[in-house]
Amino acid sequence: MTKTEFPPSIKSRPVYGVLEPRPGAMHLIVADGEGAGAVADLVARDPGLLAKAHILYTAGPNGTDEWERVKALGARQAQKAASLPTLLFRLARVLQDTPMGAQIYLTGSEGLIGQAERDICALGYPRLDIQTEHRGSTVRRVQCVHCKGVTENVKTDPFQCSHCGLHLFVRDHYSRRLAAFQGVNIDAEDKGQIPPAVERFK
Amino acid sequence: MSLDFKYGFDDFFRDETFVDDFTYRNSPANIRRFPFPFDRDDYMYSVNMEPHVSGRKGSVFEHTFDVDEHYLSEMRDRARVLAQDPLRCQSLPHMTLAGWDLLELIMETKAREYPQWFSLTKDGNRWHWINRPLGIDQKFTFLDESTLPYGPLEYITRQTQGDFTLQDEREGTLWVDAGMVTTQADWSLDFDIGMNFHEWHAPVPLAHEKGIFDRALKFLLKLQHGAPVRRFNWTMTVNPLLDTAPETYPEWGYMRTGLTQENMGRMMHLRVELQTLYRLPRSNAIAFDIRAYLGKFEELVQVPKWGRRLHRVVRDLHPDLATYKGFIRNRDAMAEWLSKYDDGAPTSPGWWPED
Repeated sequence: MTKTEFPPSIKSRPVYGVLEPRPGAMHLIVADGEGAGAVADLVARDPGLLAKAHILYTAGPNGTDEWERVKALGARQAQKAASLPTLLFRLARVLQDTPMGAQIYLTGSEGLIGQAERDICALGYPRLDIQTEHRGSTVRRVQCVHCKGVTENVKTDPFQCSHCGLHLFVRDHYSRRLAAFQGVNIDAEDKGQIPPAVERFK
Repeated sequence: MSLDFKYGFDDFFRDETFVDDFTYRNSPANIRRFPFPFDRDDYMYSVNMEPHVSGRKGSVFEHTFDVDEHYLSEMRDRARVLAQDPLRCQSLPHMTLAGWDLLELIMETKAREYPQWFSLTKDGNRWHWINRPLGIDQKFTFLDESTLPYGPLEYITRQTQGDFTLQDEREGTLWVDAGMVTTQADWSLDFDIGMNFHEWHAPVPLAHEKGIFDRALKFLLKLQHGAPVRRFNWTMTVNPLLDTAPETYPEWGYMRTGLTQENMGRMMHLRVELQTLYRLPRSNAIAFDIRAYLGKFEELVQVPKWGRRLHRVVRDLHPDLATYKGFIRNRDAMAEWLSKYDDGAPTSPGWWPED
């Protein structure tokens, strides 16, 4: 399994690369689900980074859990978090000790990459210095533009907002500040005319 | 401390609404000064910028910040929107200085251009601002937030027609990091704040491929203090809704389905944005003023040249643009209604009503 290929989209939609080892004072690696494979590929290209690596991992939104594979890599530090929100708490603590000159790698689902990137950038870390690689689930984190509630792991378009109940279509317009795509009411003009939900994100 | 308006409605400043009973309309004199945005019979995107210098007397270009007959009612509508949704005005922490820059620009300019309505006197950083139409008499310390009832951006834009965004410049691009947005054509400040120039324009069709945004950004990065620029943008709005926000789309979207040939003239509005851009002196940020003007179809066709031209533009517009601007479903009906005011005669170049 290699990086996810997304169709061409608009300019606010994030694009992801392939993780490559770079010299660093420390290697902070954050991953979920199938991101474990990207971490393994990264390490295979430069096993030397393991001695200075700290890996935070959690299962993917589709349930994929490759923690045993991550643990077996032999990084200096590696922890499994019970969930993505739990991982983000752990990340906040780790970032307090992350030195100048550290390399940061994010891989797995968009929810993980986006939220980790948001928290890291909030501390002043330059976004362009963070490497990302998408692997695994393509479910989306979507903010309802009406009630502002965020629905995690959206699979279909349209979908029903888990907060206000409006039926929303999923735009490609993406906010890094919110780490979310935008959902907009699909039947605002023709009330009750809601097209069948199509599974666009897996 | 709060900002309580005492609205001075009179023979000039109209008392009207932009919601519910929609009593908004333009006086005959105001129709003649409507900023009709089409200088030819067709429309496609361009980087249509020009220096924002004082233009024809009586026109919306005469003053830097145009104050017209809708001023007080627009400020009342803004206060209504902000009371319902304070997220319409936001400023990221590093943008406060840019807010002061904007407050200074507006106060100095309005006091100079409209001395009958606004006054600003200074004793060092101790400033005294008077806004007579809104009944405001405020003494405060410039650059000291604790002396105003709101942050500087919110304070001054609660008293100024038009939406405002403040762009920080870094990494070779512009970042929309603050704004007051209550009269928008369907975009969300709360969602877009913090985005760079290409990101917040991402949903616009066709223009990226034409290189419009690359050229516009290059142009704007060279913007100099004291040399503001302007351009037009436009769309269509059913009913005189200043606030067509995505947030409230479920409350106004259905209005697009109620159009008939009988009500088209009073319900369909050409929405023109006079966009002006200013480089700010202390912060080096760029202030972007998006001033919306609403003209009913039945008002605009009173100018024969505009009736002919509007028909041709609406009829021939690229369908992707009509979709993006939200009127594809009504385009044919709009063109049909407008066709009654197009006798096929040639139109003169430029946007003025009778040149």
